[in-house]
Amino acid sequence: MTTTPHIDTHLDLKGLHTMADYLAKKLPQAQLSIAVRELTLTIAPEHIPAAIALLKDDKKLQFTQLIDLCGVDYLGTKHPHPTRFAVVYQLLSMAHNQRLRVKTYVAEANPDTRHPIPDTLSVPTVTHLHASAGWYERETYDMYGINFVGHPDLRRLLTDYDFVGHPLRKDFPLEGHVEVYYDAKEKRVAYKPVDLPQELRRFDNVSEWQGATGNAGRAAADNTFTNSYNPDEFK
Amino acid sequence: MTDPASIRQAGEAQMQAQLRDEGFLITKVEDVVNWARAGSLWPMTFGLACCAVEMMHSAASRYDLDRFGTMFRPSPRQSDLMIIAGTLTNKMAPALRKLYDQMPEPRYVISMGSCANGGGYYHFSYAVVRGADRIVPVDIYVPGCPPTAEALVYGILQLQKKIQRQPVFVQRPESAPYAYAPGEPRPYSKDEMHIG
Repeated sequence: MTTTPHIDTHLDLKGLHTMADYLAKKLPQAQLSIAVRELTLTIAPEHIPAAIALLKDDKKLQFTQLIDLCGVDYLGTKHPHPTRFAVVYQLLSMAHNQRLRVKTYVAEANPDTRHPIPDTLSVPTVTHLHASAGWYERETYDMYGINFVGHPDLRRLLTDYDFVGHPLRKDFPLEGHVEVYYDAKEKRVAYKPVDLPQELRRFDNVSEWQGATGNAGRAAADNTFTNSYNPDEFK
Repeated sequence: MTDPASIRQAGEAQMQAQLRDEGFLITKVEDVVNWARAGSLWPMTFGLACCAVEMMHSAASRYDLDRFGTMFRPSPRQSDLMIIAGTLTNKMAPALRKLYDQMPEPRYVISMGSCANGGGYYHFSYAVVRGADRIVPVDIYVPGCPPTAEALVYGILQLQKKIQRQPVFVQRPESAPYAYAPGEPRPYSKDEMHIG
């Protein structure tokens, strides 16, 4: 069996450093870091539209494709982060065969509320620069409650129409807050608070006849997120 | 003379004799109507998840639901059987109820698979209905994840038996028996709760 030489132009470390130097000059307010041969640009939310526009239009960069956009919830992580939430943009430059990650940390305007209302977190939209951001931002809003200011149609994308909460937040309970039932009087499908006759059990498969031997420990681990929400953690 | 075969033989002989001597048959309207209803169930072509693939198998040549007069129809208005084949999500629930409401009476519902029976694998999910019987009244529950095509065919045969026992001139309830409004007591106990 012969092995073919592994050619990965976009993993060219020298080119990555050149690009980092160039970006440092063009975007002095950004922080750049290279890890695992990937370049990450961290920038404040208010600079996002300008930075994404520059990355798209600059002849030497030409990051013309927004591959993905997602949110992150850092609640309960061991490594310190400046804020609880972040938004991450993955960009691709077809012209230069380069990829770039742009990251912005989003602070809660009112971190004292346990389930913050959606507009406490806000990032300017990039839909005017990348059309693909439309659904990505809607999904991120749906899952994390991050508000994209200036988005033309910021509705929930995936969850149902009267859904309560943002499911990918770490303190969102697995069962959610509401469930549906058919209301015979109203003759329509209606919502009510979740009512579970039986709690979720975790099976560790250690014992065949005692399915949930380590249940207490697992339940405690599950409650880490719901009970440990400390607003001061991200100050 | 107590085994089913000899009872059927005796009955057929009696029927033949009556038909030969009198030229007509006497039976109950309910029996005739139920015979017709059970013999031509038309399910709606409607699948929600992987169970739908097993449903397709049951309609295809190996099991061939056509043998039981069961033909899939492309419209709820031409159907009298809804097979809930797959996971019913919260977002799909109003659409499913609307389709059920569009079906003409008499109509029947088969809940196919763990997810439709009681939420199944997704019972504790924030996005899934914990049993299709919270949205529509269900006649037959077919267990399995997914049930085999044979299991679904068996469920349809069970439904045919159920139809043959049902009164004809009685309005069937439209409400979902396992749906309950906030504040109402649960219509089932913890012990009889089916997760999947």
